[in-house]
Amino acid sequence: MNALSIRNLRKTYNNGFEALKGINLEVEAGDFFALLGPNGAGKSTAIGIISSLINETSGSVSIFGHDLKTDRSKAKSCLGLVPQEVNFNQFDTVRSIVLNQAGYYGTPRKLALQRTEQCLKQMDLWDKRDTVSRRLSGGMKRRVMIARAMVHAPKLLILDEPTAGVDIEIRRSMWKMMQDVNQQGTTIILTTHYLEEAESLCRNIAIIDQGQIVENSDMASLLARLHVDHFVLDLAGPVATAPVIAGYQIERIGDKALNVAVPKEIGLNQLFSQLSAHNIKVISMKNKSNRLEQLFMDLIDSKPAEER
Amino acid sequence: MNYFIAFRTLVTKETFRFIRIWPQTLLPPAITTALYFLIFGKLIGDRIGTISGATYMDYIVPGIILMSVISHSYANVVSSFYSTKFQRNIEELLVAPVPNWVILFGYVSGGIIRGLLVGIVVALIALFFADIAVNNALITVTIAILTATLFSLAGFINAVLAESFDDISIIPNFVLTPLSYLGGVFYSVSMLPGVWQTISMGNPILYMINAFRYGLIGVTDIDIQLAFIITGGFIVTLTLFSLFLLHKGIGIKN
Repeated sequence: MNALSIRNLRKTYNNGFEALKGINLEVEAGDFFALLGPNGAGKSTAIGIISSLINETSGSVSIFGHDLKTDRSKAKSCLGLVPQEVNFNQFDTVRSIVLNQAGYYGTPRKLALQRTEQCLKQMDLWDKRDTVSRRLSGGMKRRVMIARAMVHAPKLLILDEPTAGVDIEIRRSMWKMMQDVNQQGTTIILTTHYLEEAESLCRNIAIIDQGQIVENSDMASLLARLHVDHFVLDLAGPVATAPVIAGYQIERIGDKALNVAVPKEIGLNQLFSQLSAHNIKVISMKNKSNRLEQLFMDLIDSKPAEER
Repeated sequence: MNYFIAFRTLVTKETFRFIRIWPQTLLPPAITTALYFLIFGKLIGDRIGTISGATYMDYIVPGIILMSVISHSYANVVSSFYSTKFQRNIEELLVAPVPNWVILFGYVSGGIIRGLLVGIVVALIALFFADIAVNNALITVTIAILTATLFSLAGFINAVLAESFDDISIIPNFVLTPLSYLGGVFYSVSMLPGVWQTISMGNPILYMINAFRYGLIGVTDIDIQLAFIITGGFIVTLTLFSLFLLHKGIGIKN
């Protein structure tokens, strides 16, 4: 069964801006799905419509088989949303924010208390349960929103840039949490600008640009399309010019640094032996850019500038 | 989906919200109305004499109580719902499977509860100044609840349509307060010249205050049945309009 099914979804705002131009999307139950796109591409509009925060112009959305128009209550019961920006009452305590949300989903009080405790403990927020939410750090506020979204045990969880602006330690712990939630059977749709995050976590991916889905496939086959990897080599000694080695594009980017484009069919072994032959000693190397980032830029840039 | 749980959650949240800040919500009307009773009822009222057989103090008590109910039921919903919109925590309700009527009646119930609590506080203060024996408890309680309902609905609509904090203060300052004062709180409409009497009859607050006054002290300028019909008619109209706004998502979606 599909966790989410979108058919020919269109949205034109009152000012005439066409944010979605008839998108179709299927997300399988249990998936960890990435929805990516540049700013203004239509991601937030799509998520807004799925979560009933924005009215669609036309098209349909169904969540676990429940149509959002005709079977609204059941469709909404399956969904949890972690929005991009903090949107809880900053004067409420952490516990009341989560507990009230359980109430809005019709969860009986006793069960709501149990789930609130469970979610706050899972988010490592139990010690902060009686703290007024405005006193929390940015990372904690994000975790409150995740706990709030999970308190009614949704089958589909949408996380809209959940790690934006949080430090690397919290981000890693949130990755772990998202993976745990997904492994427990919850379908996750993730939007993020950190493409390494999508690459690490997600099995399937859709890229949206200018209101249209420009790519929709599994992560592995998308990454397999990348024919060239870019590496930065740190050298032991300075080089005056970039060496010329057949099959590789090499560029000098500093006294002791080279940028090398490595075709996948040739690989790295030949590169190192040739560099040794040129008396160039490599100390370390790193990927110049994230692989998904490279593909993302290729897909987005493939549109003519005047269309963008 | 158990809608009653969602409704109860919303009402509880709304009630605790204004109780938590009681120095801002419950204390000021007690002080303000005590001053009304002291200045208008005691100091000036002794020189006015009686209206329709009631002392001036007894005559103004029902109007002042209901004026407090009106302003506080309105203020509760307009400020609470607009803040919810402004901070975007309305999204908590829109994402959840909460029907529009539960959202509406949840907020309106919060307004009713605050309006009636303030009414009780003001009535208790009034007991220090006037000796009031309730003429008809059913009419008194019913019209108080209906009035609180009507102005909670009005506050809700104001909050939905408001785009700034200025928008939520314009109606209370420039419409609600003048209409309340001109609704016969401090005088009988029969004391006005003919044309002003006719104009006053177009003020719905006049009917509610007179019905409440009849319930408390048995004095009225208007037909009580008409007061109930007008109040009920407004409630039905505003309820339907509020549900229409929520259904269309006007002011809260997109």
